[in-house]
Amino acid sequence: MQGLVNRAVERFVRDTYGRSTWLAIMRELDLGFSEFEAMLTYDPALTPRLLTAVAAALERPEADILEDIGTYLVSHPNVAAVRRLLRFGGDTFEDLLYSLEDLPGRAALAVPDLHLPPMDVADEGGGLFHLSIGSRDSPGHGFGHLAVGLFRAMADDYGALVVLQHTGTHAGAEQVEIEFLSADHAEGRGFSLGVVG
Amino acid sequence: MDPDTARPPEPAVLDVLCPMHARLDGQGRIVHAGPMLAKLDGQGRHDARGGHDATDGNAAHDGNAAHDGNAGLTGRLFLEVFELRRPRIDRDFDALMGRDATRLRLRLRQRPGIGLKGVLVPVEGGALVDLSFGIALQDAVRAFALTAADFAATDLAIEMLYLIEAKSVAMEASRKLNLRLQGARLAAEEKAFTDTLTGLGNRRALEPVLTRLIETDSAFAVLNLDLDFFKAVNDTLGHAAGDHVLQLAARIMQDETREGDRVLRLGGDEFVIILQGPVDRARLDEIAARLIARLREPMIWEGRACHVSASIGMALSRDYPPLAAPALIAAMMEDADRALYAAKAAGRGCHVVHDPGAEGRDAVRS
Repeated sequence: MQGLVNRAVERFVRDTYGRSTWLAIMRELDLGFSEFEAMLTYDPALTPRLLTAVAAALERPEADILEDIGTYLVSHPNVAAVRRLLRFGGDTFEDLLYSLEDLPGRAALAVPDLHLPPMDVADEGGGLFHLSIGSRDSPGHGFGHLAVGLFRAMADDYGALVVLQHTGTHAGAEQVEIEFLSADHAEGRGFSLGVVG
Repeated sequence: MDPDTARPPEPAVLDVLCPMHARLDGQGRIVHAGPMLAKLDGQGRHDARGGHDATDGNAAHDGNAAHDGNAGLTGRLFLEVFELRRPRIDRDFDALMGRDATRLRLRLRQRPGIGLKGVLVPVEGGALVDLSFGIALQDAVRAFALTAADFAATDLAIEMLYLIEAKSVAMEASRKLNLRLQGARLAAEEKAFTDTLTGLGNRRALEPVLTRLIETDSAFAVLNLDLDFFKAVNDTLGHAAGDHVLQLAARIMQDETREGDRVLRLGGDEFVIILQGPVDRARLDEIAARLIARLREPMIWEGRACHVSASIGMALSRDYPPLAAPALIAAMMEDADRALYAAKAAGRGCHVVHDPGAEGRDAVRS
């Protein structure tokens, strides 16, 4: 479901930098349309081109953009569903980390053709977690950078204090280190299983 | 299983394994309620007073409610708290005790909207009941402000809630996409059936409009109308003037017809007017004469007068035997065309009604 991914990039750019910035990027790409449809499929090769165009327009490295998209996805009210769905992963931030290995399966349950790269979580002890995203056959496509922003924001959501760092790519797998400093550093945002309203 | 010898596990163990269980004595009185079951009672009462769904904010409050609720359930008759839907034994608790494990369907008397399912196993000194929410899970979670920690570690409820929510989000996105596609389809369809110059229906609209009238057994008349001397306007004053004349002519035709009638432009200076409802020849003569009179009035284009007129050939549906739509359309259009040529041959600026009794000798009127 490339539409969902492209649409996420679009929502991020539009909600953060405004519609005119987005339209300029789409004009540059010259695709013949100005908006992505979340539920349609697009050529997978388009997403990297889109990210490159966004990075060029905002004059920032792609890794930073991906990280900001990750943060946007769990903290902006326009995409509140993502944060809620992630919260089903566990009652604490630690539970959430362990549930990451289920994330590709969970995503596919929701949208069958949304393929996320495989994820592997290792508890190194002493509050250090090691997250490995993607493999030689199924590359992460920068998802590791997105994960850094995403889980930094999710830690805030749980009120946990963590330090996250993308430490490069080894054998096709993106490496993210998560240093877990405190589970109850701050008051997290509440979460109820039932949708309110 | 022999109820006389089966010994229940420690309540503390059961609280973890089956948080929604209850231990009953031989009379069906609740001796102990698991922590999640207790929450049902506490929140149920709270809700009955407050009437509000649980929100993110009152999680801390829930703990207290659960505690109070525990005390609330203990000592009460199980069948007073729950209405047993199956098996139908009313409040006859003994009927459950004679058997092995019994599957139950129940409702909380305080909140009949929320159904539960469960199983009762007779044990030493009474019975154990374990309950779960069936399909009402979502409502129950909202009503009792349940959190993941309330459910047994092995319970699939959280996965189910996740799935419901994820699918709802995906379905909503699909629904919106469908609405947009539907809107685009309707717009494209309308465009396909519309003549862009005049805004009238085009040739593609002719068949559907006539077919609908025929299939609903409506009486109607077809007027084939050609603008006379239109080519002269185009040739002498240019295409812009020609377009202007076509637009004005279209407006006149719409003015002179009723709502429900249709005016179509088939192309060039050819129009078709479909008059709905029963009309007699005298009325057709009137309409045609007035149309021609108005179209004859000079039309002004950039200060210069354009002179056109119109020839009209007509056919009435009631003059035809019952036919399938395609056959009737073909016959009427052909006869209306023949009448139109008769009108043109008679010197233009006049109209002819096809007369089925006088084949090929339709009477010319002006």
